[in-house]
Amino acid sequence: MAVPISYNIRNLVLRKGATVMTALGIALTVATAIFILALLAGLRDAFTTSGDPNNVLVLRKGSNSELAAGGVDRDAMQVIRDLPGIARNSQGDPMVSGEDILVIVLPRLDGTGETNVTVRFLTSQGIQMRPEVKLAAGRWFTPGQREIVVSKSVHQRFGQANIGDSIWIGKGPWQVVGIFDSGGSAHESEVWADVNQLASDFDRTTYSSVLIRATDQLSANALKNQVTDDQRLKLNGMLEPDYYAQQTSTGGPIKFVGFVVAFVMAVGSCFAAMNTMYAAVAYRSREIATLRVLGFSRPSILTSFVLESLMLALLGATVGIVLMLPFNGMTTGTSNPVTFSEAVFSLRMTTRVVMSATIFAVVMGLFGGMAPAWHAARQNILNALRG
Amino acid sequence: MTLARFVRKNAFRNKRRSILTVLSIGFSLLLLTFMMTIWRAFYIDEGSAESTQRVIVRNKVSLVFSIPAYYREKIRALPGVKSVVPERWFGGTYKDANKEKQFAQFGTDPQELFSVYRDFHIPQDQLEAWQRDRAGCVVDADLAKQHGWKVGDRIFIKGTIFPFDLELTIRGIFTAPAKTETLYFDNTYIEEAYKPVKGMVGFYGVLADSPQSVPQVAKAIDAEFRNADRATKSESEKAFGLGWIAMMGNVKAFILSICAAVVFATLLVSANTIAMSIRERTREVSVLKTLGFTRRTVLGLFIGEAVSVALAGGLLGVIATPGLIWLMAQSPQGGFFFSNIKITGMTVLVAMLAAATVGFVSAFVPAYHASRGNIVEGLRHIG
Repeated sequence: MAVPISYNIRNLVLRKGATVMTALGIALTVATAIFILALLAGLRDAFTTSGDPNNVLVLRKGSNSELAAGGVDRDAMQVIRDLPGIARNSQGDPMVSGEDILVIVLPRLDGTGETNVTVRFLTSQGIQMRPEVKLAAGRWFTPGQREIVVSKSVHQRFGQANIGDSIWIGKGPWQVVGIFDSGGSAHESEVWADVNQLASDFDRTTYSSVLIRATDQLSANALKNQVTDDQRLKLNGMLEPDYYAQQTSTGGPIKFVGFVVAFVMAVGSCFAAMNTMYAAVAYRSREIATLRVLGFSRPSILTSFVLESLMLALLGATVGIVLMLPFNGMTTGTSNPVTFSEAVFSLRMTTRVVMSATIFAVVMGLFGGMAPAWHAARQNILNALRG
Repeated sequence: MTLARFVRKNAFRNKRRSILTVLSIGFSLLLLTFMMTIWRAFYIDEGSAESTQRVIVRNKVSLVFSIPAYYREKIRALPGVKSVVPERWFGGTYKDANKEKQFAQFGTDPQELFSVYRDFHIPQDQLEAWQRDRAGCVVDADLAKQHGWKVGDRIFIKGTIFPFDLELTIRGIFTAPAKTETLYFDNTYIEEAYKPVKGMVGFYGVLADSPQSVPQVAKAIDAEFRNADRATKSESEKAFGLGWIAMMGNVKAFILSICAAVVFATLLVSANTIAMSIRERTREVSVLKTLGFTRRTVLGLFIGEAVSVALAGGLLGVIATPGLIWLMAQSPQGGFFFSNIKITGMTVLVAMLAAATVGFVSAFVPAYHASRGNIVEGLRHIG
């Protein structure tokens, strides 16, 4: 017969001080784990939800980043425009966007120094090809003008990024005329401007990448292979989602240090939980012996104490989750090793993150409760009754 | 029996509890010491003597843009400048593009590289061999060991940023004070293989005549090119490195919040233990007081107990830290950074102080209550 759970709950309530302190210790560990997991979930989200499977990104052969020297020249661009399977816009033009990438340095508003920000140069065609990106304030840039549109998070995180401000790029100041909402894609970290104005400012004759919109997924795959296999072009095509997926290596240092931190903290918390449970067992040795005399078996005593430890851990997990809730959605940035610029993302406490943190706490509770529960179940009844 | 002996006996009276507490505090302090060591390496450490003498000059807009090669002689002519060497990031991949085996490649000037990086050492004959071979390269000794390279080996590096590949012959192996994971080759190779970058370099490494003149030299360089075609940004090697760290995100806040969480967790563990042990000894405390021990002494006894347990934990954590750093250095992701950091006496001292403070604070409230408790009530207490 199992020991009723209410027995454990009452014990936890009776020993308030120890329960609260142990649970808080576990809560801190869980909160740290959630913090790290939420950072990683946010990063993964920013890259895996980016890109349309109907879009094909074309880069120079051998290059895996839009930030490469010498990309697609204007002749190759002509060849690409005539490929079959390309979607057409309302005017009947093929949806192909030649783009260029620059990286500029902007000071962070929170005073933690300056960082690299990606500037994407494109045409209105390129904007149309990314329907998830919407204008949030101001207007889009006018072709032939030194005008830029910044993403919401660039606007919030950096100085000189309000409408009316200007940012120095290359030969002169470019005026901020609008703010866009990227809909959570990797463009969240970017600044957009006119590609033709850039070409005349910098004497650029090539694009660093070309984005092609296919009519459907089948033609997207066909286009990708066609571009890659064409010997004249010396180009490499890939589906847009695949391009962003390879950038999830971003945040590698966070992941690495984060896991070590969470693991060491968890071991420390395990010992603390074990301590509390040993004290609980010692404190109640006469009670346990009485339970045994009443006919509760060893396995049921063992289960009861493990359950009590689990409850303690779950209480800690709940507190930890609640502690971290205010941080959900907070935006932060880290460097992207592929584009050498800042990748902006938000902390995301997804169901998966919360579930993993809870499992993490349960494992701590199990490890912390096993030995004391074993000790409780094994103790000598007569000695305990006398003690 | 002296008071110190009394404290020690009591602190380890319940062996299992004391060991668990010491272990728990030890793990937390391990993390604290580890984080402080990283903090020190990032924000406090000055670097080697030669490193404090170097200035890095890059394009003001961003490191991604290059700067003209003719700046070199202009920089050299400025007061306080001893040597100038151009460098360019090649960013290629070696062999199977396995991420963990990648390393940095820089195109540079073999004639002057080692006069700017004077803390790098290379045998004279190897240096001369490299200077004679435009398709030659020199590699870091650790890197050479890792890949099993020797002088004369040929290596192939696939260009990703540049539309060509490098076919290099190792002419020399150099040693550096810290792990660099770097290969240097002649920048002429890039210039000849890819015309658009001819006459341009990535950045300059500048050796100033003394660490004190670094700020003036940096200022003078930036002033020289303020109105030039491409303005520059010059900073000490340390500041340049900090820029990379800042790009990783808000590292300071990350480290500080983890430290705060760890200290608070330690406080909870220690307070819990001391509260448990005081509750068990309510009767004993009354006996002590009956025997004539003052409240102050009783308070001191308990605090002494908590501080010694916390210090034992702190000691354990501090001793384990080099082990953790060593472990991290073995991993492919952290190897580069963690093999260059070391725990210092100051860090150890701060960690032990933190442990002692935690012990003191955690014991104060329960011990104070115990010392103030009613004697008769306490003697009646059934634990």
